[in-house]
Amino acid sequence: MTLARPFRALPAATPQILTFVLVLLANWAVFPDFFDLRLQDGRLFGSLIDVLNRGAPVAILAVGMTLVIATKGVDLSVGAVMAIAGAVAATLAADGQPLPVILAAALSVGLLCGLWNGLLVAILDIQPIIATLILMVTGRGIAQLVTEGQIVTFTHEGLIAVAGSALLGLPMPVVIALALAGAVAALVRFTALGLLIESIGVNRTASTYAGVDSRSVLLAAYGVSGLCAALAGLIAASDIRGADANNAGLWLELDAILAVVIGGTSLFGGRFSILLSLVGAFVIQAMNTGILLSGYPPEMNLIVKATAIVLILVVQSPAATRLKGFFGPKGGRP
Amino acid sequence: MRRLGQINPRTLPLLATLGVFILAYALCALQFPAMLSTRVAANLLTDNAFLGIVAVGMTFVILSGGIDLSVGSVIAFAGVFLAVTIRAGLDPIVGFALVLVLSTAFGAVMGAMIHYLETPPFIVTLAGMFLARGVCFLMTTDSIPIDHPVYDTLSGLTWRIPSGGRLSLIAVVMLLVFVAGIVLAHRTRFGTAVYGLGGNRASAELMGVPIARTTILIYALSSGLAGLAGIVFSLYTSAGYSLAATGVELDTIAAVVIGGTLLTGGVGTVAGTFLGVMIQGLIQTYVIFDGTLSSWWTKIVIGALLFGFIIFQRGLVHLAVRRRQAARLAAA
Amino acid sequence: MQASSDPLLDIRGLTKIFPGVKALDGVDFTLRAGEVHALLGENGAGKSTLIKVLTGVHGRDGGEIRLAGAPIEARDAADAQRLGIGTVYQEVNLLPNLTVAENLFMGREPTRFGFTDRRSLRRAAAALLKDYGLSVDPDSTLGDHSVAVQQIVAIARAVDLSGRVLILDEPTASLDAGEVVVLFDVVRGLARRGIGVVFVTHFLDQVFALADRVTVLRNGRLVGTRAIGDLDRLSLVAMMLGRELSAETLKRHRTGRVAAEPFARFEGYGRRAWVQPLDLAIRPGEVVGVAGLLGSGRTETAKLLFGIKEADSGRAVVDGRPVRIASPRVAAALGFGFCPEDRKTEGIVGDLSVRENIVLALQARRGWLKPLSGQESRAIADRFVKLLDIRTSDIEKPIRLLSGGNQQKALLARWLATEPRFLILDEPTRGIDVGAHAEIIRLIERLCDDGLALLVVSSEIEEIVAYADRVAVMRDRRLTGVIEGDGVTVDGIVRAIASEHREAAS
Repeated sequence: MTLARPFRALPAATPQILTFVLVLLANWAVFPDFFDLRLQDGRLFGSLIDVLNRGAPVAILAVGMTLVIATKGVDLSVGAVMAIAGAVAATLAADGQPLPVILAAALSVGLLCGLWNGLLVAILDIQPIIATLILMVTGRGIAQLVTEGQIVTFTHEGLIAVAGSALLGLPMPVVIALALAGAVAALVRFTALGLLIESIGVNRTASTYAGVDSRSVLLAAYGVSGLCAALAGLIAASDIRGADANNAGLWLELDAILAVVIGGTSLFGGRFSILLSLVGAFVIQAMNTGILLSGYPPEMNLIVKATAIVLILVVQSPAATRLKGFFGPKGGRP
Repeated sequence: MRRLGQINPRTLPLLATLGVFILAYALCALQFPAMLSTRVAANLLTDNAFLGIVAVGMTFVILSGGIDLSVGSVIAFAGVFLAVTIRAGLDPIVGFALVLVLSTAFGAVMGAMIHYLETPPFIVTLAGMFLARGVCFLMTTDSIPIDHPVYDTLSGLTWRIPSGGRLSLIAVVMLLVFVAGIVLAHRTRFGTAVYGLGGNRASAELMGVPIARTTILIYALSSGLAGLAGIVFSLYTSAGYSLAATGVELDTIAAVVIGGTLLTGGVGTVAGTFLGVMIQGLIQTYVIFDGTLSSWWTKIVIGALLFGFIIFQRGLVHLAVRRRQAARLAAA
Repeated sequence: MQASSDPLLDIRGLTKIFPGVKALDGVDFTLRAGEVHALLGENGAGKSTLIKVLTGVHGRDGGEIRLAGAPIEARDAADAQRLGIGTVYQEVNLLPNLTVAENLFMGREPTRFGFTDRRSLRRAAAALLKDYGLSVDPDSTLGDHSVAVQQIVAIARAVDLSGRVLILDEPTASLDAGEVVVLFDVVRGLARRGIGVVFVTHFLDQVFALADRVTVLRNGRLVGTRAIGDLDRLSLVAMMLGRELSAETLKRHRTGRVAAEPFARFEGYGRRAWVQPLDLAIRPGEVVGVAGLLGSGRTETAKLLFGIKEADSGRAVVDGRPVRIASPRVAAALGFGFCPEDRKTEGIVGDLSVRENIVLALQARRGWLKPLSGQESRAIADRFVKLLDIRTSDIEKPIRLLSGGNQQKALLARWLATEPRFLILDEPTRGIDVGAHAEIIRLIERLCDDGLALLVVSSEIEEIVAYADRVAVMRDRRLTGVIEGDGVTVDGIVRAIASEHREAAS
């Protein structure tokens, strides 16, 4: 939207980019071949590409989650929506439907789920955690309803290509994640959606008094989040060539929230950066890969993530902010 | 004097829960008369014992206006810890004590973070969820059976109740936890403080409620009970598995809400939570009895109930606001 | 009586400084045992700061507080309570989800073997309530009772805990006439028991009905303390508004203009439990001032006209067409603009930049699909920063870092950017330094000359006189009259505000 923003954002992005680089370097330290890339059949291979490829679903979720968190909300249902969209896609694929139909159906279902959340938050005024909890609980049941309780597998060439093919040497999920992030970043920055989202997140009352249509903006944010979840669900289904309603996207909502928080968007809403959330998602995946490469059990991830959350909480906490602003102007008014 | 619309909003959710429970039980009994037997009732208690125990802790958390996402992981941690240590030769009783101490301390740390870092409980307990689950995986990724005489004795302990049912030890433990929870909620300063905290934090602080201590105790209690639920779960399954009890935090929250506790805090009862747990158990039992229905229906029905109760609670809040406005109108 | 002349509470030269504001400036205040002492003043006069310093919520920067002769310094509200100073706030600070008894004894419940002794709790609560002539079930939920009962429970708790000084901070704001009578009986009873009562209110009738003495603050300074017998309504209002009556005949700035066709007309326009139905015409090139004491319904009127609260009676006509103003969005589309009184929570979007704050209303009106380009939005922001002389080092600076005056100008710019036809300004000069204050008044006059219709709510009567063509006077959430022409003088407005009967103001 402006030239000023990227320049202003540059110093603000330093910690995230630095973290990413540090994690990559740490990987390189334990695994000297980490940065090696091979070109084979017009496709790049290597650990770095692996990080990007495996991080793509969380990156996609993080794009939608960023918008929701910027409005001072949270979307706990994205994992369940992934399962639903995956179930829809797999069922249609097993049925032999053409790819456009599959994509359209899965994405529409995701959008509907997102709008449902938005409806509860924007119109019925239910707290976001609680509103999205409903779909989080029900979603996997709905997914199983779609697959009739089976693990549906398919051999649909088109759908398999969603995760399995490559473009310009990059695995398709990475291409999709980058394109989506670019598209949504463009959407919010080249329309006024970004400004309105931030404005609502910082001060919903003042924004409403300024004539902002808060309800539509909230609906849009949750809608985009649902759409992103459906896309991630498609990739997950395509990747395993089937739909597993119980495990698809399990706990990924938490990774997505963590990615957004690492990306510097405050859980209390306001300023956001989609590209930094993307960096956050890849930081998480790079840590995962690093743990694997260094021979620790993959389950160490969870502990590392927990530590990351705690660190960020401590740094972001009002108590720490007060400490920083100790010599600044004191609060309190007459 | 008291008109229909003026039924105490404090008891209305509980009445609704009771209504749903009776209706559900009646529907089940109508279709499957066998469900009326004490044997099925006793099984209902046994099968849902661990869920009931965590739900008591979660009730306190939600009453105070918070949320605890870590309980499922703590249950798994307790099971894995017991399985691993018992295999290594530790006495189960010592293991139980260790689990309770560790899980309680874990909750206390989360409570302290919530209070002193002024962060939303959901993100702190989310970190707790990752941590506890991660520690499970570090101990073992396999499902380890527990084979110990103490376990055999404890899981064999049952009390015969009239007409064929058998009340198991873990069902009794759950019932005792509920009784203790009810006493704690309604007969202690701590209980009043929890309600106060959920009603209005600022007022509670002005009225002298020790906010920090209460918050820490609430999460310590929740995690401690999750630890106890883990012990019960390990008795129930005779195994420890790091992937056990995933999603239990959601079932627990749903049970508390369906039990009539307001998700915004301050209003609700421990007894209502018992009904909430039993309603969930009934749905599961119905699905099993039916045989043709698949288990996912449980989730969908629970989700629908959750939605219904949340909408119902919003309606109640609106009603209260309306009434207050009407009172002001009278003043104008 | 000896006791009643010796001060129970003696405050000397109390000073409290907030960044940029002297909230209390050498204020003296004495409270005798057994008296009801009304503390009066408009918003920002320093009443609430005085109470907060007294009860230990804020520290003090100067002065001395003595309770029964001994100097005290409360660290927090609980400490003040232990010293003997209890406070009851307008918004009852109890827990409506708990029972009456639990509220009375929260934190000091009688226990047996570590468990709450419900029976003693109930008995103690019933005994305490009997002293106040209240026969409610101690086990009933507090929130089920009327605000008056809740208020009395709050008083009972405060007195039981502290017992020497009781501060009542606007306790009657949400009570009806009958409830006020009950509450006053309770307060008189407490005074007879020798408790000193500080009574903060903005209802003058209640001051005359209850208080023994009155202290008036204005802009953080003591205006004076009088025995109630030495005062009449008019002199009290004059003290509060800081106007010596008939001392000056302020020359009106504006001269009568030809009345244009109204841009908007509101007929019988009101909302239950908000503002009584009112009639008002808004004309281009005219400033309508809204005057009245705090709590008279000034802000409520502004919010009603802007659609923040939807009217449930009467009709609004804009440009000759009846319209339904259901939300600020609709109002903005009709060409209305609104700068709220509470800039921080209702006006600025603190973390966003000055530029974004300025273009927000325009962007909201255009919709998210028609964004202002970076260039356009910078041009708009730059233009208004120059035009209104908004002092900021950079238009990309977060607006919360600006001074109050500059924030206010940015909010004005937010609406001016939408090229509005009718601007509603609620206390546009509150909390703004003197220089910016004058600029904003000049700006109001300039906008009016440009043909904009303005409605300005203000507690500064002199200010209203300077720019208003007509003045709507509010009392008890009702528009009691509109002063026009030569009637628009400080004297005339003060008299209209103070008058007890609505026909007196016209």
